[in-house]
Amino acid sequence: MSQETLLTLALIVWLVPLVDFAVLIFFHKRLPRSGDWLGTSILFAALALSLVILFTKLNYFHDQTLQTIFTWVNFGNVPGIGEMQIDLGFMIDNVAAIMLVVVCIVSSLVHLFSIGYMKDDIRYGRYFAYLGLFSFSMFGIVLTNNLLLMYVSWELVGLSSYLLIGHWFEKKSASDAAKKAFIVTRIGDVGMFIGILILFNTFHTFTFDAIFEAMKAGHIPFGSETWLTASGLLIFCGAVGKSAQFPLHVWLPDAMEGPTPVSALIHAATMVAAGVYLVTRTFAMMTAEALMVIAYIGAITAFISATIAIAQNDIKKVLAYSTVSQLGYMIMGLGVGAYTAGFFHLTTHAMFKAGLFLGSGSVIYAMHNALHRANDHNTDAQDIRNMGGLRTKMPITFWTFLMYTLAISGIPLTSGFLSKDEILAGTLAFGSLHGGWHWVIPITGFFVAGLTAFYMFRLVILTFLGEHKDPHRIEAVHESPWVMTVPLVVLAVLSFFAFYSFNPIGAASGWFYQAVARPDSVVPIAVAAVNTEIFTETLHHSHGLAMLLSLSVAGIGILVAFTTYYWKKINADTVASAPVFKYLYKFFLNKWYFDEFYQATFVNGIDALAAAYRWFDNVVIDGIVNGVAKWTVGITHGVKHTWKEGIAGSIFYLIVFALLSLFMGWQVTVGLLAGSGSTVAMIECGLLGLCVAALSFFLFYVGVGGFDNKIIDGIVNLVVSLAGLLGLLARKLQTGKVQTYLAFALFGVMVFFLWFR
Amino acid sequence: MELYTIIFYFFTVITLGSTCIVVFSRNIVRAAFALLFAFFGVAGIYIFLLADFIAVTQLLIYVGGIMVLILFSVMLTSHQINVDAKTGVIQTLPAILISACIGGGLVWVFWITDWKVNSQLPIVETTAPKIGEMLLTKYLLPFEVASVILLVALIGAAMIARREKKV
Amino acid sequence: MQDLINFLQHPGLTHFLILSGLLFSFGIFAILTRRNAIMVLMGVELVLNAANINFVAFSRYVTTSLDGHVVAIFVIILAAAEAAIALAIILNIYQNFNTVNVDEINKLKD
Repeated sequence: MSQETLLTLALIVWLVPLVDFAVLIFFHKRLPRSGDWLGTSILFAALALSLVILFTKLNYFHDQTLQTIFTWVNFGNVPGIGEMQIDLGFMIDNVAAIMLVVVCIVSSLVHLFSIGYMKDDIRYGRYFAYLGLFSFSMFGIVLTNNLLLMYVSWELVGLSSYLLIGHWFEKKSASDAAKKAFIVTRIGDVGMFIGILILFNTFHTFTFDAIFEAMKAGHIPFGSETWLTASGLLIFCGAVGKSAQFPLHVWLPDAMEGPTPVSALIHAATMVAAGVYLVTRTFAMMTAEALMVIAYIGAITAFISATIAIAQNDIKKVLAYSTVSQLGYMIMGLGVGAYTAGFFHLTTHAMFKAGLFLGSGSVIYAMHNALHRANDHNTDAQDIRNMGGLRTKMPITFWTFLMYTLAISGIPLTSGFLSKDEILAGTLAFGSLHGGWHWVIPITGFFVAGLTAFYMFRLVILTFLGEHKDPHRIEAVHESPWVMTVPLVVLAVLSFFAFYSFNPIGAASGWFYQAVARPDSVVPIAVAAVNTEIFTETLHHSHGLAMLLSLSVAGIGILVAFTTYYWKKINADTVASAPVFKYLYKFFLNKWYFDEFYQATFVNGIDALAAAYRWFDNVVIDGIVNGVAKWTVGITHGVKHTWKEGIAGSIFYLIVFALLSLFMGWQVTVGLLAGSGSTVAMIECGLLGLCVAALSFFLFYVGVGGFDNKIIDGIVNLVVSLAGLLGLLARKLQTGKVQTYLAFALFGVMVFFLWFR
Repeated sequence: MELYTIIFYFFTVITLGSTCIVVFSRNIVRAAFALLFAFFGVAGIYIFLLADFIAVTQLLIYVGGIMVLILFSVMLTSHQINVDAKTGVIQTLPAILISACIGGGLVWVFWITDWKVNSQLPIVETTAPKIGEMLLTKYLLPFEVASVILLVALIGAAMIARREKKV
Repeated sequence: MQDLINFLQHPGLTHFLILSGLLFSFGIFAILTRRNAIMVLMGVELVLNAANINFVAFSRYVTTSLDGHVVAIFVIILAAAEAAIALAIILNIYQNFNTVNVDEINKLKD
C-alpha cells in the first residue's frame, strides 16, 4: 500500500462522518430508525479503515511522516513580507494514526451504545447527526498538519460539544451547562488564537513542520526567547480550555448534563484529550519554562479535582472530576518531559474512562427504568447513595466496571498501570533533575494516585456492593441490552496490558513506546528542556521506585475505601463532621468554591461593568439625545407655544433666544463692519444687525415651525402644483399609439442630426 | 447621355415610383403589388453596384418569399372577398413633416459630405464564391447564429399563427 | 446649373445614397401613417432595403471589400425571419381582435 493510498484512506475516514452528518441532519425523519444504523455503520467502517492505516503505518512506514500539502491561498508578493502562501494539508505520523484509532474505537462503540441508551429519545436522529459532526471535527484535529485547520476543527468540536451537552435543552441546567462549556472553552481558545497569530506573524506559515524547521534554524518570534515561551503557553491556553485544566476546569463537570454516551465520547475520551494532543503536537516548540508551567498546571488540576471527586455523590460527577484529574496527569506527564507516557496515558485513559462512563450510563439506564416502573420521580437515578448491591443484577456491567476501576487505579496487569507508572516515573525523574521545591510535583502525583484509587473504589463499593436501600426497587433492576453491554466488554478487554506491551510491568518494550518517540526540541539550547537522553537515563533509575510507590499508594487508597465503605470500620459521616474535616469536606463538596468565586469575580464584575455602561448609555447618551430633541422641538414650536406649558420655562426660553438673537445681530454687525471706522458705516451696519436680531427673535418667538409651515411648505406646494399642471399638459401627448411614439423618436433623431452635424 | 446613366435612372424611377404607390395608395392589394416592383427596382440597383449575388438573393427572398407572405396575410386578414381592400391613414400631417425632414436631412447630409470615394473601379467578377468563403470563415459565428434564428423564427411563426382551439 | 447637369449625368456614390435616403423616408412615412399592420410591415421592409442599398453602395465605392455584401445578406435573412414572425403575429391578432389596425389594438389580453 502506497503513501498516497494511506492518505486517501485517512481523507475518507475524515470526510465520511461529515457526509453522515449532512444526510442525518436533513433526512433523519425520512430514514428508517432515524438513521442510527447509518452513523453506526459508517463509524465502524471508519474504525476498520483506521486500523488498516495504523497497521500499515507501523509496519511499513514506521519512521516516516506521511504528509500531503496543498496551497489554500496564494497571496503572491505581500508588501513588507515577500512571497506568502497559506498551505494546508494532512499528515499521518504514529501519534496521529494511534489517535485516529482511539477516536474511532470510542466513537463507534458510543454509537452502538447510544442505540440502546437513547432509545425513544425525542431528538434521536439529531443526536446521531451531531455525533457524526463531532467525529468529523475530531478527525480533523487528529489528521491536520497545520495550526489553522487545527483551530477550525478545534472550534468545530467545541460546537458539537455545545450541541450535545444541550441535547436536552428543555432542562435549564442542560442549556446553562452547554453555554458554560462553550464560553469557558472559548476563553482558552482566544489565547490559543493569539498564540497562532504570533507564530504566523513570525513564520508566515501554519504548518507544524515549517514552523519547527524555522525554529530549528534559530528563527524565533520577535527574536526573543520570552516571546517563544509566551507563544507556547498561549497555544497551551487552548489545551487548558479544552482539556479542562485549572483554572478553566469548571465547565467539564457541568457538561455531564449531556447524555451519558456523549460524556463518554466527548468529555472523557476524545475531545478533552484533544488538548493533550495539541500539546504533544506542539511539544517540540515548548521551552523549559513553558513546560514547567504546563507541569504545574497539570499537577494543580490533578490534585484539585481528585480532592473534589472524593466528596461527590453523583456517579457522573465523580467520573467527571476523575477525568479532569487524569487529564491533569497527562498534562503533567507532558510537562515534566515524559512525552510518550503522557500520550500513552491519553490512549489507555480513553479506553477505560469511556468504559467507565458507558458503565455508569448502563447503571443510570437500569436505575432510571426501575424508578420509572415504580413511578418514583423524586429519587435521583444518578446518586450513588441510592444505589448499592447492583452486582448480582447487572453482572456484565459490574465486572467490566471493576476492570476499568482497576485500570484507573493503576493495578498491575492493566493498561492504566503501565501508563500511570510511566508518568509517575517521569515526575520522579523531573524531581531528581530539578530538585528542591520541584519535588512537589512527584509528591502530588503519588498523592493523587492514592486519592484516585480511593474514590474510584468508593464509587464501585457504593454502587455495586453492599445492600440496596430499597428491596423492591432492586427487583426491578435488569442488565442492559446487548447493544450496551458489547461496548462495555470491548472496552474492558482493551484495558488489559497486553494490547500495549507484552511486558506487564514495563511499557518501554511494547510497540507503543517504539512507535511514539519524544520529538527533539527545536527551541534554542539555552531555553530547551532537559534533553531526551539525560531524561531517559534518570527515568530509568526512578522506574523501580515509582512502581513500588504507586502500588503502595494505590493499595492504601483501596484499603481505606474498603474499610470505610465495605466493612464500615470507619464511619464516613463521623469523619466528615469531625472538627477539621468538617470544613475540608464542605470545601471539597462545593468544588473548592470555584463556581462561586468565578461568579463573584468575573461574572459579577462583567455584570457591574455592563451596569455602568448601561447607566452611561441611559443617562449621558440618552440625555444628550433627548436634550437635543427637546431643544429642537422648542425651536420649531417657538416660545409662543410654550406659554401653555409653564411660565417659568417659557421665560427661560425667551431669555435664551433673546440672547441668541442679540448675539447673531452683533455678529452680523461686526462682520459687515469689517474694521471700517466711519460713522455712517457704523450706523448702517448697526441697523442691519438690529434687523437681523429682530427677525431672528421673531422667528424664535413664532417658532421655526411656523416659518416652515407657511413659507417652505408654500414653496413646496407651489412646485407640486406646477408639476401637476405640467403633467396634465404632458398627458395629452400620451396617445398610447405606437406610431405616435415612433414619431417622437424620429423627432429626437432629427434633433441629433442638427446637434452633431 | 450614356446608356449606363439612362438605365440607372430607369431603375431609380421604377423603385421610387413603385414606392410612392406603396406609400400613398389606399388599396392594400395594389400597394402590395407595387412593393413587388419596388423590390425589383432595388435588385436592379444592386446590379448597378456590382452586387450580383445580393441582387439574386433580393429577387429570391423578397420577391419570391416575403411578397408571397405579405399577399397571403393580406388575403387572410381582409373582411371582404374582393381584392380592393381599402386601408385608412392616421396623423398624416405630422408624418409628412417628420418624414420630409428626415428625408431632407439625409439627402442634405449625403450631398454635403465629401465621401472618400475609391476612384479605381474594382475588378468586375462574380461575388458569390467570395461571399461564400467569408460566410464560412470570418463571419462563421454570425452565420450560425442567423441559422439558429431562422429555425427559431420558423418554429415560432408556426406556433403563433396556429389557430387555437377554443375550449 | 451646369454642375447639377454634370452631376445628374454621372451616377456615383451620392446618387445611390440619395436614392436610399428617399426610400428610407418613404418607408418611415408608411410606418407612421398606415393603420393596417401589414402596411406598416411593408414600410419596415422599405426601410431595410434602403439600409441595404447603403451597405452595398459603400462596399462598392469606398471599401471595395465584400463585407458590406455579407452584412446585406444578414439583413435580408433577418428581414425574412422578421416578416415571418410579424405576419404570424398579425394573423394571431386578427383571430383575437378581428382587425389588424394598430390603433385599435390596445389590450394586452381580453
